[in-house]
Amino acid sequence: MGLAYKFDWSVLWREPYGEWMLQGIWLTLQLGLLAWIIALFLGIFVGTMRAAPWKLLRRVSTIYVEIFRNVPFIVQLFFWFYAGPMIFGKTLQFKINAISGLNYYAAVVGLGLYTASRVAEHVRAGFASIGQGQYQAALSTGMSQWQMYWHVMIPHALRLILPPLTTEFLTIFKNSSVAMTIGVAETTFMSYKIDSDTFHGLEATTGAMFVYLVLGMVVVKTMSYIEKKFRIHGLVGR
Amino acid sequence: MFDAIINNLSYLLKGFLTNLELAICALAGGIFLGILVGLGRISKNLWVYHSVTLYVNFIRNIPLILVIFWFYFIMPILVGRPLNPFISAAISFVVFEATYFGEICRAGFQSISRDLVSAAYSTALTYTQTARYILVPIAIRRMLPSMITQSIITFQDTSLAYVIGLQELVRRTTIVDSMEVRSIQLYSFVAALFFVICFVGSRISRYYEIKSREANIL
Repeated sequence: MGLAYKFDWSVLWREPYGEWMLQGIWLTLQLGLLAWIIALFLGIFVGTMRAAPWKLLRRVSTIYVEIFRNVPFIVQLFFWFYAGPMIFGKTLQFKINAISGLNYYAAVVGLGLYTASRVAEHVRAGFASIGQGQYQAALSTGMSQWQMYWHVMIPHALRLILPPLTTEFLTIFKNSSVAMTIGVAETTFMSYKIDSDTFHGLEATTGAMFVYLVLGMVVVKTMSYIEKKFRIHGLVGR
Repeated sequence: MFDAIINNLSYLLKGFLTNLELAICALAGGIFLGILVGLGRISKNLWVYHSVTLYVNFIRNIPLILVIFWFYFIMPILVGRPLNPFISAAISFVVFEATYFGEICRAGFQSISRDLVSAAYSTALTYTQTARYILVPIAIRRMLPSMITQSIITFQDTSLAYVIGLQELVRRTTIVDSMEVRSIQLYSFVAALFFVICFVGSRISRYYEIKSREANIL
């Protein structure tokens, strides 16, 4: 029994599809990196709040993390894109909807907010593993609360949690594929678009898989370099 | 205020039922295949070990959406006719989640010390008895928290079957929203439904985690 299907791998490079794929890859990189900046800053902020000595701050950050972790990312994305503009009332809503590339901004912000909740959890775990000694030592040298966080706790926690952050950095590129559902033309979107144009979706998606694979390898290599550079001496390495 | 939800409640909830059904299929298949993958990852047979490792590392680096699409495209070629999106989605979920469950199983298997096995043998337990009374209970207790967490993630992931047109909750919500234009209440409702189930699940996982930490004898 032969397959009634003729493979045509040229849909990955032939005009205009090769260009589509490259555009898609470029957009995937943009989405991942921009969202990562949001996720890192907001995640460190929220994660620090979760370990703060004030109950109110802890509670607010816990609510943030629980909501963003327990709702599927695609639902969050649809909420920001479709319902987001409506929150601002009728007049502003039309102005916001008229912004070109609104789906792109919604994807970056949505992905950033979502990943921030995951980064925050790692930051909290990092703080928890530092131990009381450092904290007391920092305060006993006359540092203020803020100085203690800024100079002692956060740098230490970040270096401890570099390996799980690598995983999150990988995940952000994978999750950016969900942005295709609101029409952001990244890699997965392009492979689907090639299918609707040529009916050779199998080749297009297989090609896209290798794009993500290579992207993942690049991320792992870069991060292992960073991990080595910021290793804490005296701790057992991986 | 909740008019759009109330008018379409049964339609939406039927979609949610599809999510649940898909999650059950994905979990049943994913955990079963995951146990095999976990065993393959600690196998001494190098052929088994390397092929399973390749499969795990490959799938774990690829977005789930792409896996869903890939199976959606390849199944008609293999079967010869268009497949029901539910079956196609279920297959991709099993293949995808099995790699994640496999890694949980591997960690669980590897966390049992050899001394424990030797101790069991020295009290004259047979291999089956050792597995039945020592290995399996300990491994399950250690893996349970991550298993529950991964099950929650799987349940959330079922909403991604949206992309191949499966009539699950998110797809039905977009359909209702395109007629009613009540995005805020509709998507909040969807978020709340998922939140309740996933939040309860994460609390159960936390409970078992604390419990196993308290029983630190392991």
